Amino acid sequence: MCLAIPSMVIEIDEVHRTGKIDYLGTKVKTNFALLDDVRIGDWVIVHAGFAISRLDEEDAQETLDLLREIAEKS
Amino acid sequence: MARTNEFRDKKVIGALLARIAENKRSLPSPCRIMEVCGTHTMTVHRYGLQSMLEKAGIEMVSGPGCPVCITPGEVHEAAIRLVTENENVILATFGDMTRVPTHLGSLQNAVPAKGSAVKIVYSPEESLDLARQKSNKEIVFFGVGFETTIPSIAVMAKAAAGEELSNYSILSALWLIPPPLRAILESGEVKLSGFLYPGHVSAIIGQEPYTFVAREFGFPGVIAGFEPGDILLGIISILDQIREGRPRVANEYTRVVRPEGNPVAQALMREVLEPKDACWRGLGVIPGSGLKFKAEYSAYDTEVKHDLRITARGIDLPGCRCGEVLRGILLPSRCPLFGKKCTPESPCGPCMVSFEGACLVHYKYRGPKS
Repeated sequence: MCLAIPSMVIEIDEVHRTGKIDYLGTKVKTNFALLDDVRIGDWVIVHAGFAISRLDEEDAQETLDLLREIAEKS
Repeated sequence: MARTNEFRDKKVIGALLARIAENKRSLPSPCRIMEVCGTHTMTVHRYGLQSMLEKAGIEMVSGPGCPVCITPGEVHEAAIRLVTENENVILATFGDMTRVPTHLGSLQNAVPAKGSAVKIVYSPEESLDLARQKSNKEIVFFGVGFETTIPSIAVMAKAAAGEELSNYSILSALWLIPPPLRAILESGEVKLSGFLYPGHVSAIIGQEPYTFVAREFGFPGVIAGFEPGDILLGIISILDQIREGRPRVANEYTRVVRPEGNPVAQALMREVLEPKDACWRGLGVIPGSGLKFKAEYSAYDTEVKHDLRITARGIDLPGCRCGEVLRGILLPSRCPLFGKKCTPESPCGPCMVSFEGACLVHYKYRGPKS
């Protein structure tokens, strides 16, 4: 039910607030009613056909930096 | 940007585990952490983190975070009755829901009345499409879920009302995550050191609804993502909170979870639904732990529309001990039915059915004798 892996927005129908995401290479119909201002190229988390959150690239980078720092210290 | 591989990197995982083992040494044992979310349970077992963490002195236990599992048998039975006793009803639901065993069998094995059927859907939206396409059928969406799914169900009710669809209603089993955490802490049945809060429920509700856990119970917790690196970072945060004597709601999933959650989704939930006391399998009635449709949406509430009058008790079928698994007091492998009478092919309870169910996850990744 929950696609825990982020997916990229590839199509948007702004009138119906729906569109498609690319989930690991598969186009999946998605509803964007729960997010404001979704744009093509955004990375989103999709649950049961609805995008529930947008991925923040800076925050993702910070977490990855933290992981790398821990790995390098060990 | 997905870059999931970096959160699974072997060197990173090894370093995180070494850090956990080192931090754990200075703390009194045991250290038992409840992963509240079934999808966390999956990551923990799929990547073999359970045994690696055990070596580091951390015990992971599953909690009530499987909506299919905690929905009481009586609600599943009401759904079965709808399709077996009424003609021309199409009951649409998520796949897992069709295999949950009850006193009346399961939806999958039920023999629908004339013109009725059970239809598996991936998204609530498919159920609404059915109502638009099949005006001669009564469409019931058996919608189950936590805060992650609830906003989408609110969208469906609003859309149905907007289009004045008269052949559509929702049999809802909508559960809120914070209230059972209070119930688990108050019961004191299982001695825990911290909670791993569900990442995607938190994407909707944000950090605030968990603050009572630290404030009232002095209990650590962390919002974590679903990659192995996310979970291990979360555990490091819990160990830090214990060591510093500073319990809080930490967020190690900032790339997806904002402190305030998703305000659009929260507003939709408030507009369409209101809290109710709800009965959970294994946990019984928990105040304010469920949601029901507000009066203005009652035309789309299956319980009202079809006068269902469900009295849930939340008790397992004879022999099944899912309730204890959901409370975190019984490991799946300690259930006498596990891997013997109860298997994925022939489940005796919902925890062996749902892909987020602790019993199925244990069976799948650790084997029938795990």
